[in-house]
Amino acid sequence: MLITILFWVYAAVLVGAATGVILARNPVHAVLLLVLCFVTAAALWLLLEAEFLAVVLVLVYVGAVMVLFLFVVMMLDVNVEELRRGFVRNAPLAALVAVIVALELGYALWVRRLGVELPGTKAPLPAGHSNTAEIGTVLYTDYVWPFQLAAVVLLIAIVAAIALTLRHRPGVRQQDVGRQVAVRPAARVRLVRMRSEHEP
Amino acid sequence: MITLAHYLTLAGVLFAIAVAGIFLNRRNVIVLLMCIELLLLAVNFNFVAFSRFLGLLDGQVFVFFILTVAAAEAAIGLAILVVLFRQRRSINVEDLDAMKG
Repeated sequence: MLITILFWVYAAVLVGAATGVILARNPVHAVLLLVLCFVTAAALWLLLEAEFLAVVLVLVYVGAVMVLFLFVVMMLDVNVEELRRGFVRNAPLAALVAVIVALELGYALWVRRLGVELPGTKAPLPAGHSNTAEIGTVLYTDYVWPFQLAAVVLLIAIVAAIALTLRHRPGVRQQDVGRQVAVRPAARVRLVRMRSEHEP
Repeated sequence: MITLAHYLTLAGVLFAIAVAGIFLNRRNVIVLLMCIELLLLAVNFNFVAFSRFLGLLDGQVFVFFILTVAAAEAAIGLAILVVLFRQRRSINVEDLDAMKG
């Protein structure tokens, strides 16, 4: 019973926050509402007993990706009014598409089951069951190659993001460590032989 | 009693809202990226719900990979956005016509 109430509360918050994301006038508010979306989704995943993914969602998404979004939104000086031109004109089309998508999915789920019987109840998990340990077991046995591939994808993303945003400004005096290390005494010091200027 | 269909419907509604957001914010690249994150969240919801109700863990492992790819996508997308803003002083999608698309 408590689970049912929690589900409906979280579902209402999730749908409300998602609507706020797409309607928000200020992009910063949109990012903050998206954070609320992810936190609520993590709570719903906890109801589904997917603890590991719920924590990962909060850590990776709220902690890293959303903060990155927030940084970018706050750093760019964006003219919001200019970008919202056409918002009202697109609204009927957007509402129509959203209703069609929702109706199609709802029809497949509730009216015509497409010959597939959805499992209505979930089998209770045994006491002492650890979702994290199970995911770890599967991840490092059956899915070890996709796991390594995911690591490579992240590495490529890091390199790509740095390569894209790294900027060499001309005319700025910068330290070049390679040239500093490679320098030889002959390039810096010249010994000259000259007579003393003070006669003893 | 909350069944699998409830979770799938919630994910479907979330997906529909995100699609509407893509139509509404056609000019703002930042909000478009956020709508894509919402779409991925809705898809992940389906995976987690099916995984729990079918008692198979593979769905959750798949969500793990989707989260990885989505994080990479967000990082590269925002990097492109920053470069774009540096060059054009604008993130309006309609200004991005260099390739005559």
